[in-house]
Amino acid sequence: MIKINNLDFAYRNTQVFKNISLEFEKGNIYGLLGENGVGKTTLLKLICGLQKPQHGSVTVDGLIPSMRQPDFLQNVYFLPEEVITEDTTPEKFIQKIGDFYPHYDFALFNELMKELEVDLSKKFNELSHGQKKKALLACALSLKTDYLFLDEPTNGLDIPSKALFRKVISKYCTDESTIIISTHQVKDVENLIDPIVILDRDDVLMNASFAEIIDKIYFEYGPERLQDAYYTEMLPGGYINVMPNTEHEESNVNIEALFNAVMKNKETIKNLMK
Amino acid sequence: MDFNGHKPIYLQIYDHVCERILSGEFHSGDRVMSVRELGIELGVNPNTVMRAFERLQMKEIIATKRGIGFYVCDDAKEKILSEQKKDFLENEVPEFLKKMELYGIKMEEIVSLQK
Repeated sequence: MIKINNLDFAYRNTQVFKNISLEFEKGNIYGLLGENGVGKTTLLKLICGLQKPQHGSVTVDGLIPSMRQPDFLQNVYFLPEEVITEDTTPEKFIQKIGDFYPHYDFALFNELMKELEVDLSKKFNELSHGQKKKALLACALSLKTDYLFLDEPTNGLDIPSKALFRKVISKYCTDESTIIISTHQVKDVENLIDPIVILDRDDVLMNASFAEIIDKIYFEYGPERLQDAYYTEMLPGGYINVMPNTEHEESNVNIEALFNAVMKNKETIKNLMK
Repeated sequence: MDFNGHKPIYLQIYDHVCERILSGEFHSGDRVMSVRELGIELGVNPNTVMRAFERLQMKEIIATKRGIGFYVCDDAKEKILSEQKKDFLENEVPEFLKKMELYGIKMEEIVSLQK
């Protein structure tokens, strides 16, 4: 389990987190959402030990990431958004880093490269952006760490690859794994991410499972704009109204509308979900 | 499978499994795919599939056997059909009747359509 307690973090004079507390539980694929610059990547860096909290604590199964102990590092992988352009093939790259990870599975790497249709003979700097992303994803998944953090993993992927991405992540998820996907492309990971974490400047606005969201919030698809909705948006053929779930009915969560509703009613929804 | 509509995804997956039982893909006593397998097939969070399976179990459409996993219950088809019939009568028919009234369609016109 990842536990974040009363965390403060700032880059020089820019405060990113102020007294935030948050937990990530095993067996889940978390979707980490938030507007540009709220600190999604910084949070992932703090959890994997690339940054150090200035106040408060971050622990992963009781270990402190910033101490960078081998026991911790061998069980965590962070795939950043920017792709590396090393003058080496993905195969050589994974063989070089694989030995540091006890569950590393080279056969799985080959299987994934085939499934994702990446040319095995090419070096990273000879692959297209999308191909590079897929090669790095194959590398990340073949390390089989319990903790896997993906920053904007679907950027640059073509349409069939996005469906394939959802399949391989669903396959990767076990009772022991914690996957966090930071993204703006919520359509790409719809039905895959659950729970949803929404970050704001200095704050955490939501950390809730779909079951909890459905229980508290109702997504009404209808012909009109409703007055007491948290948020309303016109869709082809009508409106989506994000409402308090007063009738205890179950509806289909629309993540984009949920996000917009939360951004427009920060305190109200934060209190509602408590 | 295309996800859409107003129903939560886990209920859409529930319907999806029911359809596969009705179509004869899974017969009574047959093993159905595991939560994991269906999650991968649909590219959906395994926890969501689990919720759908819990409901299928609750409705006694599928059950677990140790060492086998989930299998289709004896009268699964009948249970699904009776549930769908109930839903049709309670939800779709009133909607249908409302539209008939709105468009001024008489019951005789509907009957005459059925040859």
